[in-house]
Amino acid sequence: MRLTAVDRKAAGLGLAPGMALASARAMVPALKVMAANEPADQRLLEKIADWCDGFTPFVALDPPDSLLLDVTGAAHLFGGEQAMLDRLGADLKRQGFTVAGALAGTALAARALARYRSGTVVPQGTDSDAVAPLPVDALGLDPITVHAFRRAGLKTVGQVARRGRAELTARFGAGMVAALDTAMGHAEVPISPRRPLPDVRAENRFAEPVTASETMLATIKLLAQQLAKTLEERGEGARALQAVFFRADGGVRRIAVETGAPTREPAIIARLFRNKLAALADPVDPGFGFDLIRLEAERTEPCQVETATLGSDAARAKDIRFLVDRLAARFGAHRVLSFQPRDTHIPENAFAAVPAQYAENTRLVWEKVGAMGEPPRRPLRLFSPEPVSFPGGEAFRWRGVVHKVRHLEGPERIAMAWWQSPAPDRDYFRLEDEEGRRFWLYREQGVRWFLHGMFA
Amino acid sequence: MSATDPKIVLLRAVLTAAEPLGARVALGVPRLDGALCGGLMRGGLHEVFAAPSQEAAATGFVAGLAVRLGGPLLWIRQDYAGLEFGELAATGLFELGLDPARLVLLRVPDAASALRAAADALTCAALGAVVIELTGAPKLLDLVAYRRLALGAGAYGVTVFLLRLAAESSGIGGAETRWLIRAAPSGDEEEIWGGPVFDVELQRNRHGPAGHWTLEWSCDDGVFRPADRGAVVLASADRPPQAAMAAASAA
Repeated sequence: MRLTAVDRKAAGLGLAPGMALASARAMVPALKVMAANEPADQRLLEKIADWCDGFTPFVALDPPDSLLLDVTGAAHLFGGEQAMLDRLGADLKRQGFTVAGALAGTALAARALARYRSGTVVPQGTDSDAVAPLPVDALGLDPITVHAFRRAGLKTVGQVARRGRAELTARFGAGMVAALDTAMGHAEVPISPRRPLPDVRAENRFAEPVTASETMLATIKLLAQQLAKTLEERGEGARALQAVFFRADGGVRRIAVETGAPTREPAIIARLFRNKLAALADPVDPGFGFDLIRLEAERTEPCQVETATLGSDAARAKDIRFLVDRLAARFGAHRVLSFQPRDTHIPENAFAAVPAQYAENTRLVWEKVGAMGEPPRRPLRLFSPEPVSFPGGEAFRWRGVVHKVRHLEGPERIAMAWWQSPAPDRDYFRLEDEEGRRFWLYREQGVRWFLHGMFA
Repeated sequence: MSATDPKIVLLRAVLTAAEPLGARVALGVPRLDGALCGGLMRGGLHEVFAAPSQEAAATGFVAGLAVRLGGPLLWIRQDYAGLEFGELAATGLFELGLDPARLVLLRVPDAASALRAAADALTCAALGAVVIELTGAPKLLDLVAYRRLALGAGAYGVTVFLLRLAAESSGIGGAETRWLIRAAPSGDEEEIWGGPVFDVELQRNRHGPAGHWTLEWSCDDGVFRPADRGAVVLASADRPPQAAMAAASAA
């Protein structure tokens, strides 16, 4: 077993990661050891990344212990690059972390500087000057290469960089040269953010953390208006939106809503979120307040220019779609259903209730089983088939109650799809009892009877 | 201020416009429509009770009323209601003449959610009607709840049907009309039975007399028709008999 990490005190006693546990114990008998938990470390890193989303949406994980943030175009919101770096560091320190950070033109340069010259902000275009004095370890290369550099007397990145390209490539491979180039700021490797970047987003930062739910809702509406402008310019509407609440103490909560059709109307978006927030089983807890609320359009689609006039069919259909979205936001998409016909004559499968938000138009149409003028041939309320007995006389017993039969119509033979299930064919009968109730019963294999539905 | 005051004239015009011609929907049976002052009130709260083990009949009656009203329909059901009283079958609705494409089905865990969803849905004026299917007598359904539904229905012109299954009609409530529905036997002599036949008891009618009719639903034409039996018009308990008679004879 080996040490994977040591705290400052242990480092002061000469312990270092990679050391065998036995020799560490020999050096420091009172050493306190805890088993490494990599998944937990990873989760913690992701939590911190979530929190960093409040500074920029471009956050990439760089395990085991670093994060890469692309702050292009975001620094001015925090009063410049130096101020932003200081604030990030200070906020994380307050949460109990030991932080090292640097800001440079490329991710690799920033990472190298963070480890060896924490706090550095490299002026634009001077990455190579900043990185040159760092030890070769800063390039993040494998230990064999680093050792080879050392043996060749190359101690700093700058010294390596001064060697000829061809010479380096021949000796260490193209990968090493590429790493060197990025670290020196000569080449750019884009970072890959953790989440798909939202198409369109708007955010509001608060000088004083806010706690009132009215403020949260008002903010979402305001952000929806900003979002609407961008969406309108692009001729698009949102199908999926997220509101992200950043708590001052580091907690992050994402609330998602979906819409059945591309939407960009601020009032509609605001109302969807209001419903969703009101219906959460686990409400958004402001704690000591939110210092940032962001609205992201995660998925957008082209959106027709709304020409519907008030009261027209199109306007009504749109209102219904909005109602469906609202109800889905509150109760869940799987609870808001619309009926679709299915291409089968098996009664219980002849229709399906599908989530209304995702219901596509089908080419199938509803078809009446009976002819014009005939009473309904399919029941209004359908049961899972329940056994029925015939106690004698013109009567049947269902759920312990005997119904005397006044009228009987049938049989209607319905063949089961034998290639799907081995169920026997059914002979259906419509029965009316003395009180006028109409039942739908079927007989299987000539002997077993079931009640399948009731007519109006 | 006199009646010719322009403000009054304007106000009158506004009020007349507020109740458009379609505010009442004829059900197709003259005597029943007479008792209802022309038909079922749009944008009102109507409560329909199923007589014991007559859930299917009451469901069919409400479906018929919804066909008469037209427009998109939101049907709110509680989970597990299907086990007891059967799932709502789209094919059956279509056979009755109600296009399932008009219907949005909402399944909610409990009565509280059903009422909350209904209150929200009522603000969608594009809806023709909202059906709230409730089992038993939820405590939440008090006078305040009735009042809230009635106000919401009136404000946006969306008709609300409270479909009450396995519940006793208690007599309280702020509904515009209250009905008790059971199936009625079809005629004896006919070999083939006809459309659904309902025994319809109008127990409460805020703007007219109560009454008791036997109606048949015509699936193809989408109207109610009087079934053979004669209708009995009862005096409404809420109204003086003269008013009730006047309303009935006006039909």
